[in-house]
Amino acid sequence: MLIATALEKRFGAVRALAGLDLAIKPGEFFALLGASGSGKSTLLRVLAGFDAPDAGTLRLDGQDLRPVPPWARPINMMFQSYALFPHMNVADNIAYGLKRAGVPVEERRNRIAAALELVGLQGLEARKPQQLSGGQKQRVALARSLVMRPRLLLLDEPMAALDAGLRERTGLELRALQRKTGAAFIMVTHDQQEALALADRIAVLEGGRVAQIGPPQEVYARPATRFVARFLGAANVLEGRMRNGVFESAEAGADIAMGLPTDTVAIALRAEQIRLASADEAPSVTGILEDAAFRGDDWLMVVRLPGGASLRVLHNAPPPAPGSAVSLTWEAGAVVPLFA
Amino acid sequence: MPRGILLAPLWTWLLLLVAAPLLILVVMALATPADGVPPFMLGWRFAAFAMLVEDFYYADALVAALRLAATTAGLCLLIAYPMALGMAGVRPAWRLPMLALLMLPFWTGFLLRIGAWIGLLRDEGLINHLLRGLGITDAPLALLYTEGAMLVGMVHAYLPFAVLPIFTALIRLDPALLEAAADLGARPARVFFSVTLPLTLPAAAAGFLLVFIPAAGEFVIPELLGPPEAQVIGRVLWQEFFQNRDWPLAAALALALLALLILPIRWFQRLGAGA
Amino acid sequence: MKPGGVVRAVMLAGFLFLWLPILLLVGFAFSADRIPFQWGGFSLRWFGVLAANERLLEAVWLSLRIAAASATLAVLAGGGIAFALARFGPFRGRALFGALIGAPLVLPEVVIGLSLLLLFVALEGVIGWPAGRGAFTILLAHASFGAAYVAVVVQARLAEAERSLEEAAMDLEATPLVAFWTITLPLIAPALLAGWLLAFTLSLDDVVVASFVSGPAGTTLPIALFSMLRLGVTPEVNALGALVVLVVGSMLALALWLFGRGRA
Repeated sequence: MLIATALEKRFGAVRALAGLDLAIKPGEFFALLGASGSGKSTLLRVLAGFDAPDAGTLRLDGQDLRPVPPWARPINMMFQSYALFPHMNVADNIAYGLKRAGVPVEERRNRIAAALELVGLQGLEARKPQQLSGGQKQRVALARSLVMRPRLLLLDEPMAALDAGLRERTGLELRALQRKTGAAFIMVTHDQQEALALADRIAVLEGGRVAQIGPPQEVYARPATRFVARFLGAANVLEGRMRNGVFESAEAGADIAMGLPTDTVAIALRAEQIRLASADEAPSVTGILEDAAFRGDDWLMVVRLPGGASLRVLHNAPPPAPGSAVSLTWEAGAVVPLFA
Repeated sequence: MPRGILLAPLWTWLLLLVAAPLLILVVMALATPADGVPPFMLGWRFAAFAMLVEDFYYADALVAALRLAATTAGLCLLIAYPMALGMAGVRPAWRLPMLALLMLPFWTGFLLRIGAWIGLLRDEGLINHLLRGLGITDAPLALLYTEGAMLVGMVHAYLPFAVLPIFTALIRLDPALLEAAADLGARPARVFFSVTLPLTLPAAAAGFLLVFIPAAGEFVIPELLGPPEAQVIGRVLWQEFFQNRDWPLAAALALALLALLILPIRWFQRLGAGA
Repeated sequence: MKPGGVVRAVMLAGFLFLWLPILLLVGFAFSADRIPFQWGGFSLRWFGVLAANERLLEAVWLSLRIAAASATLAVLAGGGIAFALARFGPFRGRALFGALIGAPLVLPEVVIGLSLLLLFVALEGVIGWPAGRGAFTILLAHASFGAAYVAVVVQARLAEAERSLEEAAMDLEATPLVAFWTITLPLIAPALLAGWLLAFTLSLDDVVVASFVSGPAGTTLPIALFSMLRLGVTPEVNALGALVVLVVGSMLALALWLFGRGRA
């Protein structure tokens, strides 16, 4: 539905978008994941029309979007700050776009009522934004966008301004709303949990480019680059190279795996897929247990390898005393080769 | 978006009503006074500036103006800082009424307030009347048209402008800082001198300059309350323009005043940018 | 005495110093005595004398008209300039633009007055407009420094109002003009009103600039008052002062009441 190719955007010396390609399918919940400065917010502003790309193409159902100003794009946006108009009550906020679009009064009233019902805010029509809680403001912002029946809704960090306790539930409601309305959602976030939990597909952005794109499980299980592996958390990354069919890692001080592609430059190994080797097993590596921390469900152990690197290991039984020598092992399939 | 269409009238406004007058001031300072309407002939002579240098009357007027401005600003600061402290110390609900009490005199008319001072200070005025009535004096004291009357009038007119920035800075001061200092064992006086005062010093400087800059060019108060010998630059410029009809000299005096004020103005703007 | 006591004492003395002359001015306006600030029994006679002083009343009327017109012009120019500075991003000459609007805030009154007079004289000499000086040139001069104050007030308000509000409006199908009209303008309206009032007061209070740029036909209230005060005060000045304080006071009370009602 939305296809962006080779998007470029510079702010002075900063290249916020560096040849970014992206294709969004109709009706999908898509998450743009990246650190601050990765270009995710710039991309959203380019899609909404607030910033013009320096180069590249942007098409919505085949229509070139670049000459279309924000007010004429069939795309709506929910702002991180919600940007509710402080001098209008809830109903007038929601009515704003409908009035601009010239929707007749009767239909307007029905659509506002429907939008309020959709987000569960019936009865708050006359409140001013200052009189609403954070969660209510977020719903008004959502209703204000959805009442326009956009085919594509952009959400800029929709949960960032909410209390931690409210985020999980709101996220699930957001996805339910997305399913109900059938609109495609593009959500920008820096929170990988949020992206993994809600999205049909995610794109990890790095340096104004897409580092990896795919369903959450796939990206999580098979990160393509060191950056993605580190950004999604929990994965250990060990540098090294393939020699004679064996992956040698100097920082581990050991040979880690066999049979990886010859152009492998590093490997990712998830903490939960490493376990302590039993006495009769041949360990994959040995090291010294530096520290262990109880996390409720399990313990996080930090193991210093002979080469100096440390591995994070999740263990579901009380760990040995710090300073002990430990032997670690994992299934061959747990090692993910990284090529960049 | 047609920004140019929106900017054009605004540029015209600024260039015509702010930039052009200042440039014409320079042109006028280089002209020669002449009999006629208007009373000058254009030219490129430095006679007016030469006069400023040669005749100590003008240098003295500049010095007198700077002295008056510095004294006024210093006195204002001395009163304004404790006033601001007191105002910041009241309950938050009382802050707005306090602020109104401070700024309201400003809305009652500058000349009327000077008129009140004249009525209080003159020979047959209220103060002399009371002094005689109480038997303290038997002849009227010369209070009006003195340095003292002028200073009282200046401080009365400018005091609120010195209080305002200090009050704002004190209110914005994070109470956690003061609590942290007290928590680290500082006594109240020590908290004030080691935390409050250093943090509000820029605001105090802004308050000083907010008074100093306009006071340096003041004309009305020295004219109406001051002694005849208080020939500050504002008065001298006025006389050269209105009585002697020497427009080039008046323009040169204006430029000289501006030159003296450039440093305080830059300093003030830097303080503003930092706030 | 404790430090807190000293601070409180200075504060009270400061307020007393600011207010006493004004309160005495108002109080003695109701004195029958010919000498101002002498109590000769309660009387409204000086208000009657004031009402009969046609020249002074004319000056008041002229000043009010000039103040209203110049404040309106100042809001248009100063508001536009503040909007350009707050919303146009970088444009050519932006630094000069900002410096020029700020200049009247720091220039001494005598410099503003003299330089504007020279401008009007030069304009008349070159293009024949404005022909002569009087109410119109005072109006322009007051608008030029009033705009500087309006710009400061409005810019502060615009900086407070998020840019994303206007973007949200445009995202909801409002063209930039409609977004300005429906979102920006209502949000900065209080600042525009405050700026108007400030410019109005400054105009009504100005004697120096007006003296430079006025002609024989431009005797505003401050110019008339100034020449009266040069000769010493009369009870009429007290009466005028009392009227001004009462009018300003009731306007302020009204404003506070409206403000309080708007918040409730």
